[in-house]
Amino acid sequence: MIRVALAGNPNVGKSVIFNNLTGSRQHVGNWPGKTVEKKEGYAKCFGEEMYVIDLPGTYSLSAYSIEELIARDYIVKEKPDVVVVVVDASNIERNLYLVVQVLELGVKTIIALNKMDLAKSTGVEINVKKLENLLGVPIVETVAPKKIGMDELCRKIIEMKESEEIQMRIRYSDILEGAIHDLIEILEEVKEFRDYAYRWLAIKILEGDNAIMQEVEEKIKTVSLKERIYEIKKRFEEKVEDTEMYVINERYRVIQEIVSKTVHVSKKVTLSDMLDQAFLDRYIGIPIFLAILWILFQFTFIVSTPFVDMIGDFFAVISNNMANVTGISHLDYLLFGEYGVLNGIGMILSFVPLIMALYFALSLFEDFGYISRAAFLMDKLMRKLGLTGRTIIPMILGFGCNVAGIYGTRIIPEEDDRIIAIVTNPLMMCSARLVAFAIIAAAFWGSMAGTILLSLYVIGIVLAVSISLVLKKFVFKGKASPFIMELPPYQVPSIKVAASQAWARGSLFFRKAGTVILFGLLVLGVLATTDVTTLSFTDDVQNSIVAVIGKMLHPIFAPLGWDWRLVIAVIFGFVAKEIVIGATAMLYGVTEDEFASFIAQHYDPVVMYAYMVFVLVYVPCIASIAAIKNETGSWKWTLFTILYEVSLAYLLGILVLFIGGFI
Amino acid sequence: MNVKLSSLNPGDKAVVVRINGKGAIARRIADMGLIPGTEIKVVRKAPLGDPIEFEVRGYYLSLRKNEADIVLVKVKEYDSL
Repeated sequence: MIRVALAGNPNVGKSVIFNNLTGSRQHVGNWPGKTVEKKEGYAKCFGEEMYVIDLPGTYSLSAYSIEELIARDYIVKEKPDVVVVVVDASNIERNLYLVVQVLELGVKTIIALNKMDLAKSTGVEINVKKLENLLGVPIVETVAPKKIGMDELCRKIIEMKESEEIQMRIRYSDILEGAIHDLIEILEEVKEFRDYAYRWLAIKILEGDNAIMQEVEEKIKTVSLKERIYEIKKRFEEKVEDTEMYVINERYRVIQEIVSKTVHVSKKVTLSDMLDQAFLDRYIGIPIFLAILWILFQFTFIVSTPFVDMIGDFFAVISNNMANVTGISHLDYLLFGEYGVLNGIGMILSFVPLIMALYFALSLFEDFGYISRAAFLMDKLMRKLGLTGRTIIPMILGFGCNVAGIYGTRIIPEEDDRIIAIVTNPLMMCSARLVAFAIIAAAFWGSMAGTILLSLYVIGIVLAVSISLVLKKFVFKGKASPFIMELPPYQVPSIKVAASQAWARGSLFFRKAGTVILFGLLVLGVLATTDVTTLSFTDDVQNSIVAVIGKMLHPIFAPLGWDWRLVIAVIFGFVAKEIVIGATAMLYGVTEDEFASFIAQHYDPVVMYAYMVFVLVYVPCIASIAAIKNETGSWKWTLFTILYEVSLAYLLGILVLFIGGFI
Repeated sequence: MNVKLSSLNPGDKAVVVRINGKGAIARRIADMGLIPGTEIKVVRKAPLGDPIEFEVRGYYLSLRKNEADIVLVKVKEYDSL
């Protein structure tokens, strides 16, 4: 088995090449403990089995971002047999910057010179043979969407695996090479670093790379060796002003030298430039963005809704027909009841079309190059709110469904910003809550219902923004999330990449989020159908354990003006918000149609408004909790979200009553 | 005369002189190819005035105003308009 790692800048077509190689034999997940996507798969070419891993897209291999650390740690520690660096031929200088850093790592490297067609059409001519010679690296020309060059790439990978270690041809300045040479001599004596590429290690020490300096500090036990290392580093520092910048300059100097001999550019105005004149225009740029956002939203929800409904109906019919199959009421209920296994699977499955449609659409827009434009347009506004430009997209998606919104945060590159966006997304009032609130608002406020609903949207947004600001300031303090971002040329998006992304994400949701949802449902199902005194099956919720819990918790919620039935409805609301109305109606013994007029007679409007605010803010649903767990990869953040939401909901409920008392 | 990159207007061309400061942001800006001697052109500002789009090394890069503040440049030509 040949182990191949794909590296490359973002937007170079790396995922299309990954898809071409692995086809359907791929697996998508997260890097352990991170929110960064990990894609791996298997390929078979010319009889050879290959394991292919798609490293996060990065511009560099420093220790300043999680993606870069993941990519370089993988190459350093997992030691793939061959690293394929995918290079955008139309933008070769900056792409070669990553190439030379991979070469520093001393691994067997191949360049896939991708987008050759685009390069030619934009007036970039490359002397590939000469470039190959100067870099000392085999180059395969590819046009990934047309699968051009894939066989050749496979052949080169196999050849490379068999070949002897290649010679490092890139030479930096004498000052730098001298220091590298001196350091390598010492490092060869350190057995703790036997597995590392000495040249790379030496460069990192000279740069003063945080992660590596820490390893040097911890791993080298012999004091004299350590002192000699620091001595060389100090001498180098005395010669050059800023060591890190010096090394970067050297890399680009070498690249410029190579590029000047091998690449000829006669820049033409491209279609991409023309598109940006419209998309980023001072006047129509933002209206176009809003229109595209609307399309994204509509696509995600309209395409998925028929499937969602179909799945829901299908499982409802089956579970109704099977209601008494085993004859043991508890077991029947757990298998086929309202909160049973079968309905649970139906519920999980019903989210899958939504997630697939979402990822399909997001992947197309990302691939097209528009998501970074959206970030460019919205950054200033969103930053004032403590958020980043791209956060607007998951926020808007959250109005449809928080699960979609939470998964949509994947387009945010910085992990801190992504976590903020995930934990605040539930405050976006989703369509399920809208349905429940619309019934209550219509019953109480009649023609004013629209204004009441709007006020709830506003409350949600204001809270999300405030919490983002607080998290940014106090939890992720001092961590700048830079906006140093490429606006890549627009390209025709790959339907295949979008489809495989949709499929992978949909099935990941089913496997990972599914267990959390099913567990939550079953717990509630058991509690709702177990008689509190006899512990036997009951179909009367009022005698169930849930009812007892609701009554026990009632004193806590009494200040909000609820009776115990509303407490129980809120407990059921953990499953999904659309259940709240049905559960309340059932507990009061009225039908859902009678519910509106019934509740209007029994509750004060201020109490009901406070109730809606509570329901808006406290945990949206079990599926969103599972999504948060899935995307943050952490129970800590998941529990944090639940806790802050429940307590915030309670405080706001009290606040509404207090203010309402004056009106 | 050396000025901040952020002070230029769309259409202006300049050459990078130095990046002021250390740390992640300075490093990342340099990683993207803005090193002394590099030619850079201001393409446009975002509709709300920030961030700013630049053309450098044959590709388009966006920087926030406060990030462009730390890049010191020497103006080559101001846009004729």
